[in-house]
Amino acid sequence: MRVAVLKGGRSLERQVSLRSGARVEDALDALGHEVVAIDAGGDLVARLKAERPEVVFVALHGTDGEDGTVQELLEILGLPYTGPGVPACRRSADKAAAKQDLRDAGVPTPDWVSFSQTAFSELGAGDALEEIEARLGFPLVIKPARGGSSLGVRFAAGRDDVPQALLTAFSYDSRVLFERHVSGRELSVGVLDGEVLPAVEVRPKEEDLYTYEARYEIGRTEFICPAELSDAERSAVAETTRSTWDALRCEGFARVDLMLGAGGPEVLEVNAVPGLTDTSLLPMSAEAAGLSFEDLVARIIGLAPSRAA
Amino acid sequence: MRDTSTLVSEQPDIPGVPAAPAPAPHRRAHTSARDLERYAALFAQRTRVMRSSAMRDLMEITARPEVISLAGGLPDTSTFPPESFAAQMTRIAQESSAEALQYGPTEGFARTRECIGEVMAAEGMHPDPDDIIVTTGGQQAIDLVAKTLVDPGDVVVCEAPTYPGAVPVFCSYEADTRQVEMDSDGMRVDLLEELLEELAAEGRRPKFIYTVPTFQNPAGVTLSAERRRRLVEIARERELLVVEDNPYGLLRYQGEPVETLYALDGGDYVLYVGTFSKILSPGIRLGWLCAPPPVMEKVVLGKQASDLCSSTLTQYFVDEYFGEGQWGAYIESLIGVYRARRDAMLESLERHFPEQATWTAPAGGLFVWATLPDYFDTTDLLARALRENVAFVPGAAAYADGRGTGSMRLNFSGSNEDEIREGIRRIGKVVREQVDLFETLTGEHELPAPADESERGDVVPFRRDR
Repeated sequence: MRVAVLKGGRSLERQVSLRSGARVEDALDALGHEVVAIDAGGDLVARLKAERPEVVFVALHGTDGEDGTVQELLEILGLPYTGPGVPACRRSADKAAAKQDLRDAGVPTPDWVSFSQTAFSELGAGDALEEIEARLGFPLVIKPARGGSSLGVRFAAGRDDVPQALLTAFSYDSRVLFERHVSGRELSVGVLDGEVLPAVEVRPKEEDLYTYEARYEIGRTEFICPAELSDAERSAVAETTRSTWDALRCEGFARVDLMLGAGGPEVLEVNAVPGLTDTSLLPMSAEAAGLSFEDLVARIIGLAPSRAA
Repeated sequence: MRDTSTLVSEQPDIPGVPAAPAPAPHRRAHTSARDLERYAALFAQRTRVMRSSAMRDLMEITARPEVISLAGGLPDTSTFPPESFAAQMTRIAQESSAEALQYGPTEGFARTRECIGEVMAAEGMHPDPDDIIVTTGGQQAIDLVAKTLVDPGDVVVCEAPTYPGAVPVFCSYEADTRQVEMDSDGMRVDLLEELLEELAAEGRRPKFIYTVPTFQNPAGVTLSAERRRRLVEIARERELLVVEDNPYGLLRYQGEPVETLYALDGGDYVLYVGTFSKILSPGIRLGWLCAPPPVMEKVVLGKQASDLCSSTLTQYFVDEYFGEGQWGAYIESLIGVYRARRDAMLESLERHFPEQATWTAPAGGLFVWATLPDYFDTTDLLARALRENVAFVPGAAAYADGRGTGSMRLNFSGSNEDEIREGIRRIGKVVREQVDLFETLTGEHELPAPADESERGDVVPFRRDR
């Protein structure tokens, strides 16, 4: 089959996407597919029209790749593609929107509030900080609404940390979230065609936070896969993950990140185009389920439906 | 890591070469995270400090064509006349083909070292040709010095901020890098003496003091004549080596030249790093190191291990180029171009940066160092700036210890005046936006002056120069 791999692009996660794409290309090649690698740029549509792939593997992270933009283009071009469709991408790309959907569906997610930069610059949202803090308590997490790889995520241990953390978060997006901090174990669970894969536990070795560097540098983070969970914990995590998948109407594959605290699992976010690099979590999750990276890619390709109108 | 660019096989049309389809490149099967852990167990201890970073990945994006990049350190090579380049390379092909394609001596050709002598004489230095080794860029000279002198844990002293490219060199030899604050007259030599005293109290002394005293990268400042004399005295009194890195000394846009440390010292305690990168071309990868014979002996052995010799082909090119006797005139033309660009940058900063920002006004070189209020993290700000298609180097790159987060390095040699004005306007816009946001959040409308600058540590206390 002739498969185009979309990667790179203009987002801050360009390098991560190039790594994901390269790994997917190798797997497709080994599976005997004809691979066309496309670095998403101004000539994307022209390239797709010229190459006429049978399936498009979306390995683009960050904006454009994960927020439904590219998916919308692929639909208008009548090209089948991997992963969730436009609505699920739109929902999961914006963490505030995704959390609202989860809450509406009764899926546990840490309490939050979300503001745009204009709320601060034009509506005096700064004067509401006290109320925000009273509702969420410290420590709290401040993060950009869109974007991945932990870029721009900061802990605020107390009031004094808030202005700087906000400045950081607003550097990555014009909308940010204040989120109640859940202490516990950080879990990442892959889902393939609605089937929940084993959870991976992420334990950063040095930092308190699973930072960008800790994510992509070998040896900086300890991964326990499958995570050591009791039967009750495992089924609670699986159930929450499956409810998340349903609530956001995911298709194909996705990755759900959760915190397992004293009150059970709580969902932090959903990745519609999860990383597929050498240190990424979804491939680990799949491996624990007995799926090699090539098996995983083959399944994902097989699930790519034609959504052409 | 393999090439991540789009894999389109192109068969260049070369006459006489049969148009056989190019074999598909061998593609290594990717490894699982577990395999990677296995490699990680083999890594040398020093790789732990050779870290990738979000900043480095962000810097990759600065290469996009729509981005105005004030992040590079690139000289403008577009002004070098292509016809003389063609004539020089043709002469080499016709007259010295076999030699130019052959290995050369580790120390470099005698003729190349004569050319180096000419360049150094232009700044009042007259080294013994035997004290000169040709290196693969000034970068290799720094690496060879560190390789020769530094054991893990040894102290290396440099400026705060220092040349961002030196930080990974010192890290890779596991040096304990100590950085000495600067002001508008360069390194605070009084603070250097305090540091040396502190170290002496612990029974330690630095292996060398690395400095870019003239038009410093990244700060743009120049060490005053008085401090130069004192620094050379300190080196003599304490028998310490100073490594003077001087890539920009000839690129002076105003004022009178200051004597180099090497000239003041006569080459006993001062090692000198030079380069053709900024006065001719970085693409030829030629620089040099001057060191006294005992040091040189080890450096030569180190270079043999690294790469046997620097490019003979480009050494022939330097020979041809200097043979024409026009190198001084070319530098004069560069000075005209860069001076106008520097002026455009300083004017734009004045116009577009908020009053809380300070910056240096370099009399030469390629860089301006701007410092924002200390609540800024310029690595995050770079992410914001990239949304406006403009880039700079975050200040943290110039520190070994995570400081410098309030500052940024701005290059003015690699972009034309219009690009510089537009680039600074865009950065100014995002800086103002964040200053306003911060003030809204904290209820501050005027930031109080820091109580004691020595306590801040994370910004260089340059005065705004108006």
